[in-house]
Amino acid sequence: MSPNFLSVDGWIDVVSAIFMVVGASMSLGAAIGLLRFPDLLSRMHAATKPQVLGLFLLLASIGLQMRSWWVWPVLLVAWIFQLLTAPVSAHMVGRAGYRTKHLHRELLTSDDLEAVVQKAAGQTAAIQEAAVQEAAEKAAREDGFGDGSGR
Amino acid sequence: MMQAVLAVTAVIFSLAAAGAIIRIARGPSLLDRVLASDVLLGILGGALCVDMAVNRHLNNLMLVVGISVIGFIGSVTVARFVADRREQPNEP
Repeated sequence: MSPNFLSVDGWIDVVSAIFMVVGASMSLGAAIGLLRFPDLLSRMHAATKPQVLGLFLLLASIGLQMRSWWVWPVLLVAWIFQLLTAPVSAHMVGRAGYRTKHLHRELLTSDDLEAVVQKAAGQTAAIQEAAVQEAAEKAAREDGFGDGSGR
Repeated sequence: MMQAVLAVTAVIFSLAAAGAIIRIARGPSLLDRVLASDVLLGILGGALCVDMAVNRHLNNLMLVVGISVIGFIGSVTVARFVADRREQPNEP
């Protein structure tokens, strides 16, 4: 039951046990962050914790417990896949949260997206204004050439 | 010692899953619920990893990868098609 501290196996068991407990604590930290943080953008930061560092620690503890080298590339592939997908999904959720205004603006220290949104809104408004003006000019031309009854 | 680690991680994962489920139930917006269900899937994958490490098998490794794929596709899909249907824009 108690680990033999003189053997290599005992030390590997201790290290993997520490990895497992810390990796599980990452999930608990994410849950506490989900419960306590005020808005979506700050909850998003807590939510990616168990998916990256927690999963890394747990996969490393699997690799330590299996005691064979061939499992490490498989575990690395699983972790790298999670490392690639977690930021993408967090980015998409944060972007949708910004666009649907699920954020507390007074908590932001800087809003880098504000200028881009304002510029895009200005361009959209200019395009709409140009379209309205063109339609008015076209209507005026048709009035000049037509009989003016306006159909 | 591995049985003690299994018990400790079971308690931690249970508390974390309870927190995520509370956020799914109470979350003010759809995106909060999506985020919390993504965390719940991560907790499930972590629990499968602990089971594999303690019992020294690799039966669930593809299931862990599949869970992360499902979480990714679900989050991205919901975030892509979410729309704002509220009357007032600020959260209570």
